[in-house]
Amino acid sequence: MPSLGADMESGTLVEWLIRPGERVERGQVVAVVETQKGAIDVEIWEAGSVERLVAEEGQKVPVGEVLAVILAEGEKAEGESAPADRPTPEAPRAPSPRAPGLSPPPARATPEVASSGARLRISPAARKRAAELGLDPTGVSGSGAGGSITLDDIERAAKVAEPGRAAPSPQAAPTTDARGAMRQAIAAAMARSKREIPHYYLGHTLCVEPALAWLEAHNAERPVAERLIFPVLQLRAVALALEAVPELNGWYRDGAFQPAEGVHPGVAIALRGGGLVAPALHDADRLAPDAMMAALRDLLARARQDRLRSSELTAAGLTVTNLGDLGVESVQGVIYPPQVALVGFGRITERPWVRNGQVVAARCLHASLAADHRVTDGALGARFLRQLTDHLQEPERLWPT
Amino acid sequence: MADLSRDTLRETVIDAILAVAPEADVDALPPGRPWREALEVDSFDFLNILVDLEKRLGVSVPESDYHELVTLEGLLDYLESRLAA
Repeated sequence: MPSLGADMESGTLVEWLIRPGERVERGQVVAVVETQKGAIDVEIWEAGSVERLVAEEGQKVPVGEVLAVILAEGEKAEGESAPADRPTPEAPRAPSPRAPGLSPPPARATPEVASSGARLRISPAARKRAAELGLDPTGVSGSGAGGSITLDDIERAAKVAEPGRAAPSPQAAPTTDARGAMRQAIAAAMARSKREIPHYYLGHTLCVEPALAWLEAHNAERPVAERLIFPVLQLRAVALALEAVPELNGWYRDGAFQPAEGVHPGVAIALRGGGLVAPALHDADRLAPDAMMAALRDLLARARQDRLRSSELTAAGLTVTNLGDLGVESVQGVIYPPQVALVGFGRITERPWVRNGQVVAARCLHASLAADHRVTDGALGARFLRQLTDHLQEPERLWPT
Repeated sequence: MADLSRDTLRETVIDAILAVAPEADVDALPPGRPWREALEVDSFDFLNILVDLEKRLGVSVPESDYHELVTLEGLLDYLESRLAA
């Protein structure tokens, strides 16, 4: 069970999208897991074949517990004991071949090893009860001696199986319970942020007339459905600033800064009726304008339909929040732990602006940075913010040809 | 489409808004105030509403006219004049 947020302790496996014996590709969605942040599509990070599914649909699984065993290319199926002492935290991580120097095992693993070879350790009472409940005990994790399944384990599995079966459909409005759970998750993360992270705040008001002119020119001949929205420019400017100042792209873990791999800024998305998610926009530094708009559109749509992917909840090292559409002038952000910074944008509003010694009316925007002082200092934050605002003020630099 | 009554046009616009923001209480909007902020419609939602209105009415709003759509009345006036043209 992958950790899909700083304060996630467990998740409920709603649905397996793979079967034993099936081949899986890197990045493939293999399961749906219900968390406090809603239903998440869990992706796998190694190609291989599914040896067996350990967790059962409906089961609540603590973070770090094995969900499934995936064998890498050419790897031999092992007995039941091996996977247990090798946790696969992100189901994804396949065990590496044990003896790389040896010739690969026969292509066809003997089916006995995978299925009947693994005798289930379960007490007679538990087996009887499982049969009564119509519950397949193979997916239940045992808490008894030697990992054997006890009657209590079966009862517990039966209990969590019920709500799991009634998993919300993708389109269903979140229930009051889901709302409450999300509120609690936000409360825990934000309390931790304010308790642990010494924030410093920087802000800058900039004139966005050139950026808006760029956007209007880009959109002028396009049908509405193919237009860009201003947040695409903002996210692009953030991505380029992160490239220039990578010290603000990562996580503070175990007393040290750990840089993020790639530029995947989180996008704070308010959910209608309350709540907030901040999935990562992957490779924001590499996307052309239309591709970035398509990626953002997809992300926003899936966030609102409760269909985010696991990698989107863990990849961001910095989050961007835009409260301008709600009329807010400036944002003093709260960092999403363990990330190290948050960028906040306010509304675009017309103001008196001095240009060439003349006061003119210009559309302006306030950009802010909240950053973790354990990791960076104000001078570095200022460099980041300057990079960000320079790019927004000179839009031709956003996607240089 | 040109003979669409103001009330029908209003219904159409409200339908398009509700498709994006189902909980929006459009009737409670203070007249003459920006509707997007009041209904928490962000730039992405706004784009989707315009796509929807284009489908329903055949009116494509260029970005340079967005400033005329700030109030609900302004939006209706704008659509009315475009439909009459």
